[in-house]
Amino acid sequence: MYVAVKGGERAINNAHAWLAEERRGDPSVAELSVAQIREQLSLAVNRVMAEGSLYDPDLAALAIKQARGDLIEAIFLVRAYRTTLPRFGASRPVDTAAMACDRRISATFKDLPGGQVLGPTFDYTHRLLDFKLAAEGEAPNAPERDTTAEPVPHVTGFLNREGLIEQAPQDDTTPPDLTREPLELPADRALRLQALTRADEGFTLSMAYSTQRGYARNHAFVGELRIGTVPVEMEIPELGFAIEIGEMVLTECETVNQFKGSKTEPPQFTRGYGLVFGQTERKAISMALVDRALRWEELGEDNVGAPAQDAEFVLYHSDNIQATGFLEHIKLPHYVDFQSELELVRKLRREVEASDRREAAE
Amino acid sequence: MQANALTGGFANPPADAANAFRGLMEAMARPGTIRRIAGATPPAPLSAAAGTVLLTLCDSDTPVHLAGGADCDDMRSWLAFHTGAPLCGPQHCQFAVGTWEALLPLSDYPIGTPDYPDRSATLIVEVPALEANGATLSGPGIRDEARLSLPDIAAFQDNAARFPLGLDFVFTCGNRVAALPRSTRVGASNDAAAQEEAR
Amino acid sequence: MSDYNFAYLDEQTKRMIRRAILKGLAIPGYQVPFASREMPMPYGWGTGGVQVSAAVLTPEDRFKVIDQGADDTTNAVSIRSFFERTAGVATTTRTHEATVIQTRHRIPEAPLAEGQILVYQVPIPEPLRFLEPRESETRKMHSLEEYGLMHVKLYEDISRHGHIATSYAYPVKVEARYVMDPSPIPKFDNPKLSDCPAIQLFGAGREQRIYALPPFTRVVSLDFEDHPFEPSKADHSCGLCDAADSYLDEVIVDDAGGRMFVCSDTDYCEARQAAGHRGKDAA
Repeated sequence: MYVAVKGGERAINNAHAWLAEERRGDPSVAELSVAQIREQLSLAVNRVMAEGSLYDPDLAALAIKQARGDLIEAIFLVRAYRTTLPRFGASRPVDTAAMACDRRISATFKDLPGGQVLGPTFDYTHRLLDFKLAAEGEAPNAPERDTTAEPVPHVTGFLNREGLIEQAPQDDTTPPDLTREPLELPADRALRLQALTRADEGFTLSMAYSTQRGYARNHAFVGELRIGTVPVEMEIPELGFAIEIGEMVLTECETVNQFKGSKTEPPQFTRGYGLVFGQTERKAISMALVDRALRWEELGEDNVGAPAQDAEFVLYHSDNIQATGFLEHIKLPHYVDFQSELELVRKLRREVEASDRREAAE
Repeated sequence: MQANALTGGFANPPADAANAFRGLMEAMARPGTIRRIAGATPPAPLSAAAGTVLLTLCDSDTPVHLAGGADCDDMRSWLAFHTGAPLCGPQHCQFAVGTWEALLPLSDYPIGTPDYPDRSATLIVEVPALEANGATLSGPGIRDEARLSLPDIAAFQDNAARFPLGLDFVFTCGNRVAALPRSTRVGASNDAAAQEEAR
Repeated sequence: MSDYNFAYLDEQTKRMIRRAILKGLAIPGYQVPFASREMPMPYGWGTGGVQVSAAVLTPEDRFKVIDQGADDTTNAVSIRSFFERTAGVATTTRTHEATVIQTRHRIPEAPLAEGQILVYQVPIPEPLRFLEPRESETRKMHSLEEYGLMHVKLYEDISRHGHIATSYAYPVKVEARYVMDPSPIPKFDNPKLSDCPAIQLFGAGREQRIYALPPFTRVVSLDFEDHPFEPSKADHSCGLCDAADSYLDEVIVDDAGGRMFVCSDTDYCEARQAAGHRGKDAA
């Protein structure tokens, strides 16, 4: 006798209980605190903040803990929380020229005002597993020196002074908001950048890499990469002026790309731009390359059919929360649609077999 | 005036808005049916139903056009306090409210674009009487035929002829509401008396 | 109840969705873009349906959720408990008792009535998407009523297989204007879309679209004169309730080719069994 499967609710509750147990792991090992994650897995925290579109290191760390280190799952937790937050207003645009830089490098000039500052980078570490880290040691100390608050002007500004790079005129119109309005095409650059800054790091990296390998190559130089802290200010209408409401760490990448010039424009360099929450330089550089590739139309270039030039393709497939949800939904029950396919295939086969038999008999 | 603006909103916004929306949705889904909706008490000259529709659907994302007598100080401050909806002329509104005469001409309102026919205005028409008689209605939402007292006939026939573009109408009277989306085909009443009464 | 607003979504989001629903009802079959929110469940798992349900539910509603026709599938259980927790609404598994029914992949067997709302979860709302992947192109095709591509595809099926090879998410035309995706319901369910007394709402969260069928809307499955549309199901009766008119799931019962067919609509099947109907595999 057949009894229909029941007990979905109990199965779900048990699965959640098991998940909680697995999350904790062996209880004889000390539990991770949110503060430990925030301080010691800060690059994971930064990625979760960037792709979760919410600048809050504590919440990002909590999400990583809850997600057992699955960063896309953590990003999802942050996004779902973010949606429920009320909006009190918009900040003023942050001034990255006034950034207190921890890192600032230019690949285009050997030296420049503000200097080259390596900062806390993996770049020149030899990728040798450091077994000392397996043992708990003392907190390392990096050497320090006093610095004067020297201004760190943007590299593109130097080129701009000579007229060698395309102008990027200031535009004070309020950009569209991807999180409040459905994506509509064609998307202007502000909207594209908004999508890219929260786009999946892996997707953005692969798209950028494809341009370097010739799929819409755009000859990018890292004009400048800077990481540091900027103040966030908000206009308070009741006060009539702006006040600082906090500060955040940003990574900004400006690429300088070649451009041949046109009938109306003399030869000049063009720009790609990346700006991402936290120390996230792989993502910021990728973003700048993809931004530049997507600008083919406004710069009068040919569409060579490269994936990174296709705004609809890039924007509709860059969000890892959308992608992972839809990808994973195929593990949900599809008995009904599968059954309808099964019936159809059986019917078509019956007909083919019948006609084969007829032909054999003739 | 100021005190007036602060009152007359939903007592329990999530439940009041949900109930009002269900009434309104049933009205829009079944053109010609008349429903009661309540929750808001707007200043004169607006009806409770019209005020309830505004509080249910409007906020800072929806430009509203106040037409004729609805465009008074009391209404402006009431709407601003309860919804934050920006006021505008008919050309750029998502919602407009007023009497039929005050709302005219219909050619002033956005009717959507072929790519986005939903980007069209919804007109909240305050009517002196709202009865299930008069013009004949047919189309989606209507089993065979419905009747509704409409302030005009040709205007709604012209509107339906532009489908899928066009305006959508909500009629309000006291605490009652009915609707006429662009998909409804409107016929002249064959009952002259009923038509006269509707005027 | 919980610390969240009634039915989880904030009021501004609900207003945005409600406006989209009204425009959807005014333009039957047309996909209204809406600013879908990130929900606390994955895209592809009913976020569109959940947002539409959240926007239409009132505290007095009685809510039913089915997935593949069944109330007890895990995702149906999960969505039902989400609204029990966030909206405090009463729930039911009985089709005729429910005022709002959220569904994935089925239309209940029992006829729906006025006063009921059927909310569909939609994965890909664009019926032309698998013929033309670009949204910018398909939007144009809808505006120009340019549906030739769809007919070509269906006709190619016929020339290759002798039949239209679409068995679910079978495209329909609404009131002789918009071609619409009915969500991945089996084509067996397509006739129930037309002339239905209930309001039918479709929500696609990831794709940010809402569309609607008002009651008594004419919905026609696309076909050809020489190849008329035919709804189909397994040629069996339900092993439990003996229904010959319901859509059936195939269940593998052993590793020796044994199988049986049972109603996909669990409420329909249980109601028939309670009324004394017995199939050949029933106890």
